[in-house]
Formats: sequence, structure tokens, C-alpha cells
Amino acid sequence: MIPFLILLLAAGQTAPPETTAAVLAPPAPPVAVRAFDTPNDAGKSITLRWSAADTLARTWLIERTGPEGPKVIATSEPGETNYLDEEVKDRIRYTYRIAAVAGGDTVWSAPAAAVASTPQFFNTSRVNILIAMVIFFALVVYYIESAKKGKNLFVRRIAGLDAVEEAVGRATEMGKPIVYVPGLGSVADIATIASLNILGEVAKKVAQYDSALLVPNRDPIVYTVAREIVKESYTKAGRPDAFRQDSVFFVTSEQFAYAAAVDGLMVREKPATNFFLGMFWAESLVLAETGATTGAIQIAGTDSVFQLPFFITACDYTLIGEELYAASAYLSREPLLLGSLKGQDYGKMVILLTLVVGSALLLLSKVPALSFFSNILGFFSTR
Amino acid sequence: MKRTIPLAIVLTMGITMMVQFFVPHPVSVGYYDLTTRWIRIVGAFALVLGTGSFIMFHSDKVRRRRQGWYYSIISLVALVVTTVIGLGWGIRPGSILQNVIYANFLVPLNASMFAILAFYMASAAYRAFRARTKEAALLLIAAFIVMLGMVPIGASIWGKLPELAEWVLSVPNMAAKRAIIFGVALGGIATSLKVILGIERGWLGGGKQ
Repeated sequence: MIPFLILLLAAGQTAPPETTAAVLAPPAPPVAVRAFDTPNDAGKSITLRWSAADTLARTWLIERTGPEGPKVIATSEPGETNYLDEEVKDRIRYTYRIAAVAGGDTVWSAPAAAVASTPQFFNTSRVNILIAMVIFFALVVYYIESAKKGKNLFVRRIAGLDAVEEAVGRATEMGKPIVYVPGLGSVADIATIASLNILGEVAKKVAQYDSALLVPNRDPIVYTVAREIVKESYTKAGRPDAFRQDSVFFVTSEQFAYAAAVDGLMVREKPATNFFLGMFWAESLVLAETGATTGAIQIAGTDSVFQLPFFITACDYTLIGEELYAASAYLSREPLLLGSLKGQDYGKMVILLTLVVGSALLLLSKVPALSFFSNILGFFSTR
Repeated sequence: MKRTIPLAIVLTMGITMMVQFFVPHPVSVGYYDLTTRWIRIVGAFALVLGTGSFIMFHSDKVRRRRQGWYYSIISLVALVVTTVIGLGWGIRPGSILQNVIYANFLVPLNASMFAILAFYMASAAYRAFRARTKEAALLLIAAFIVMLGMVPIGASIWGKLPELAEWVLSVPNMAAKRAIIFGVALGGIATSLKVILGIERGWLGGGKQ
């Protein structure tokens, strides 16, 4: 029994003969080592690429030689075949070599050609965005010019915006205020700018109808802009005396403290109408549900696809995505603003066509003879 | 002049920031950093105005004994206490402001408000899933499939249910989401262009082109 156990243990400890031979062989160094200035960047960066010639290598060592002499700057996993050196100075030439390490062996590749890092003046990977932007700008400007010449432009009905007049009128009849929440975003957010544009139109109507308006703000810059907009709108409506300084006020920058304050405001004041237009996060449902329980007409709008379902559920009217941006044009009916809407529609048409053509090219590129189509598709991808 | 100067600033900043997006050079990156720093500086000034508005709004409410005026006292006391503690004992980690005001007041209050969301979700779901119209019925069916497909019991009812739930999320749901995102992106660019060119002047309180 004992000799049998000894034999069994010995068998378990014996490595296959071919593995022993492989471990003893030194690893092959990486091949095709290439160092180049990282494209489309602000400089101070060199990219290294290489091919692994040997699967035995356990680690790569990366060595940089510059004015200060050779220095191992990094170790890399065997699966990696590129490295970004961001500790270089611009316009100084460096050479690189890479070693394959296995066991006690370190085998260095031939050094790559010397390279210097420089900053670029144009990000070529964004050419596709530039072209798309130029086409879109051209469409918008063309339709604005058409509108200037008096061309009649059709804009489809947006129920949420048609309801603004009714909502303001209802507040006047009921003698209750209107609460306008310009979102929780900063003034740098496009949705907030769109919301402030709508606020101007709503404030004009509020002034004309002699209703009360309450605008609680989360962002101090948005607060100052909103106050000026409302004041200006009252002046334009010929009612500067009706503007109350405390109708536009700053609440807090804390997200949920703001939600609690607006909830409290809605519960106490029982407004006839609530507007929730702009950027919203998790507090959207808290605000909209509280508003719904007070019996107010609620008009909401946001460009956040995650908050839209909550508004659709809890509000009477919801401006979905781009409708928020179209609102000021729709309400003011200014031809120039309506012209830009037309430009947007044609921009969408271009995207639709690009999607159809891109899908067709993607399918065709799977045919080996037509694989060059994948290069065209690469142009449309963002980097 | 009141309108011309802001419009000129917007036009200049808008165009330079657009160009900056395509220029990776350190000068361009430095310009971007400088601009964002200025936004923070302007924000700091605006915070003073915001605090002024806060004090005026709440003190007026207390003075006139408007509905819920006692909440305004709490708000004003909180402002004074936080300011005094912050200025007196600092705002570093381990300070009274961090350990007492932030950890023992602000965090639990925020968490409470966030927790209320669960109840609101239940009431909103009830309202949304009442199959009164074709659209609501469709929403109810989709939600039923997705919810069941995401829990183990769904797979034990019908093996293909998780796959169906995944399909609902990744095909019709994703298609609708992307359609909205396309519209939002174009709308955002068009709005920016209108603001930069001075066509959209709502932010200035309106005005003639």
C-alpha cells in the first residue's frame, strides 16, 4: 500500500516533459515596436504599439531613452500590446524598446524609431462632427432666411404648449398662483436655457392675465437670469408695476432640500398650474406626484429620457425632448424661430437617411468582396 | 447698449467655444479651463445674490406671518448656524460642520426625501397602469413582461420570458430612446445656434431681432 501511495504522489508531482522544455526556452522579444506622437491631443504624450511574438512572456517591460538616459517606465500585462506614455516633454526625441520577461529571462526588442511629442491644432477625429455641424447649421440658417422672406412655415400642434394659455387663464379664474420650476440644471445646460426662454413667454401671459407667478430656483445664476427675464416680460406686457421681487426666489442648491421646499410650496399655495420645464433628476417624480395631489394642471418637459416616463405618468401634458426646445418658437410665433424648427426637421431627415444608408453599408460590408465599406462606416463613428 | 454688449459677449464666447472643441492644442485647453473657472467665479457672485434672495424671501414671510412662516424661521436659523459653524470652526473633514451638520442632519434628511420616492413610484405606477386607453394597456403589458422577466419567477413561469423582457428593453424601448435623443441633440444644437446668433433672446427677456 505504501509503495503504491509513494508512486501516486510521485506521479502527481511530475510535470509533463514538453512543459519543462517550454519553460526553459527564453521568450521571444516583441516585434513591430512602433512609437508615435499620440494624434489629436494637447501634446506631452507618445503612443507605443507592438506585436507579441511569444505567448510565453509573462510581463512586458517598457524602456524609454531620452535626454536623462534609459529608464524602465512601466511594466505591462502579457495581453497588452499598446502603452500611452504621458510623462514626456514636447519636442524632445525619445526612443523606446520593450522586453519580454519570462522566468529569469529578459529579452529586449530592437528600439523603435525616435519620436517627439507635439500638440496638434486640429482634432482630425472630429472631422465627421464638423461636417455634420456645417450641414445642420446651413439647413437652420437657410430656413431662417426663408422665414425672413415671409415664407409660411407649418409647425405641427404641440398639445402641451397649446395648454399654456388655458393653464394661465385657469389660474386667473381660480385666483391661485402658477408655479414655474426651471429645472435643477445650471445655466450652462441647454435645457435650462430652453426653459428660461419659455419662462419669458409664460411670464408675459401671466402679466397680461394678472395672475401670480412663483419661480423657485436651485441655481443662483439661473435665479438671477430668471428674475431679469420675468421682470422684462412684465415690462413688455405693459405691467412693470405688477412684478413682485419675491415672485422669483432662490431656494437652495441641495437637490432634495429643493424638492422638499417646492413640495411644501405646492401643498401650501395649492397652485392652479405647475410648470416643470428644464433638467430634472430623481426629484422629478417627487415634484410631479405632489403637484398632481394638489389638483393643479401640470405641464412638464425635459430632455432627460430617464425622467420623461415619470412626467408622462404624473403630468397632464409633457413636452418630450426636442419639444422643449421648440416651445419658445411655438409660443412666440416669431418667424425666425419657427424657421430654425424647420431646419431641425431637415436635420433629422439627414440623420434618418444616414442611418438607412449606414445600416445598408454595414450589411454589405459583411460580404468579403465588399468589406471596404467598413472603412466608410468608420468615418461616421465618434472617437 | 444693454442688449448689444451681452449679445456680443455671447456671440464671441459661442464661436470661440465651438472652435475650441476642434482644437486640442494646450492654448485651446487653457482657454477652456479659464472659461470654466470664470463660470465658477460668476457662480460665486450669484451665490451672494441667491443668499440675499433667500434671506429676503424668508424674513418677509416671517414678518407678514404668511402660511407656513415657522418653516422660514427654521430655514433662517439653519442658514445662520451653518454659516457661523463653517466660518468659526472650518469646513475640513472632521470639523463640526462635516460631522454634525452634514453627517447628522443633511445626509439623513436627503436620504428621507429620496426614500419617499419609493412611495411616489408606487402611486405613479398605479396611475400609469390603469388600462384605460390602448396606449396605457400597451404600457401595462410591456411593464408586466419586463418586470416578470427580470425576476426568477418569470423564468420559471415561461423559460423565454427573460429573453422577451430583454428584447422589449433593447429593441422597441431603445429605438424610442434613441429617437428622442436624436431630437434632443438637434434641438440643443439649434437652440445654441439661435442663442449665439442672437435670434433667440428669451434669456434677455425677449426683444426684436
